[in-house]
Amino acid sequence: MLRIDRATYDQIVAHARRDHPDEACGVVAGPAGTDRPERFVPMLNAARSPTFYEFDSGDLLRLYREMDDRDEEPVVIYHSHTATEAYPSRTDVSLAQEPGAHYVLVSTREPDRTEFRSYRIVDGVVTAEEVSVVETLTQAAPLTDGSP
Amino acid sequence: MSIEVRIPTILRQYTGGEKAVEGSGSTLAELIDDIESRHAGLRNRLVDEKGLRRFVNVYLNDEDVRFLGGLETSVKDGDNVTVLPAVAGG
Repeated sequence: MLRIDRATYDQIVAHARRDHPDEACGVVAGPAGTDRPERFVPMLNAARSPTFYEFDSGDLLRLYREMDDRDEEPVVIYHSHTATEAYPSRTDVSLAQEPGAHYVLVSTREPDRTEFRSYRIVDGVVTAEEVSVVETLTQAAPLTDGSP
Repeated sequence: MSIEVRIPTILRQYTGGEKAVEGSGSTLAELIDDIESRHAGLRNRLVDEKGLRRFVNVYLNDEDVRFLGGLETSVKDGDNVTVLPAVAGG
């Protein structure tokens, strides 16, 4: 299950809407080993494409250096699909290389309704997981399940 | 002196969990061959028959080696090499 706070959830959705019809991408970093997505880091889609995303290689190095220095890891890796459902594409699965991350997919294909889904992608196997949106990550019980 | 190579999480299965390994060589290709001799399997995750794999980024002292000389990039003692898988998809 992915537990994410409302403000970060909203930032991811806003980024996806802003970059539509191109795919938006980024990470939410968190302290290593905690599974807590705390620091929203929108990234530039170097591909600037409606069907592909890729972090710029220089940005990627700076991001990983920064996370290393702060003892963080990429808890969430997100990107948008702008014409299809919020489900990992074959390309997403074959290129997924962070087995510890929650891969968040946001679909902006409908203007007034956003799909927000989370998956684990490990060794080519996709597993959907529940998304629990909470007001703050320190809160004990989820307020909503994140479903539309 | 030697060359430090930082290994990403997904490839640490080849380094016994180590975040960084050391190696030597005068080019990136030689360095990878040297590391492969102690960490078998790593090379195949970095290179294919055409050269460096498209979705693996290798940096020499913070510069993407694609903008240097790829596998033929010169390396020397004291250099730092970082390997990072691309974050990409469709």
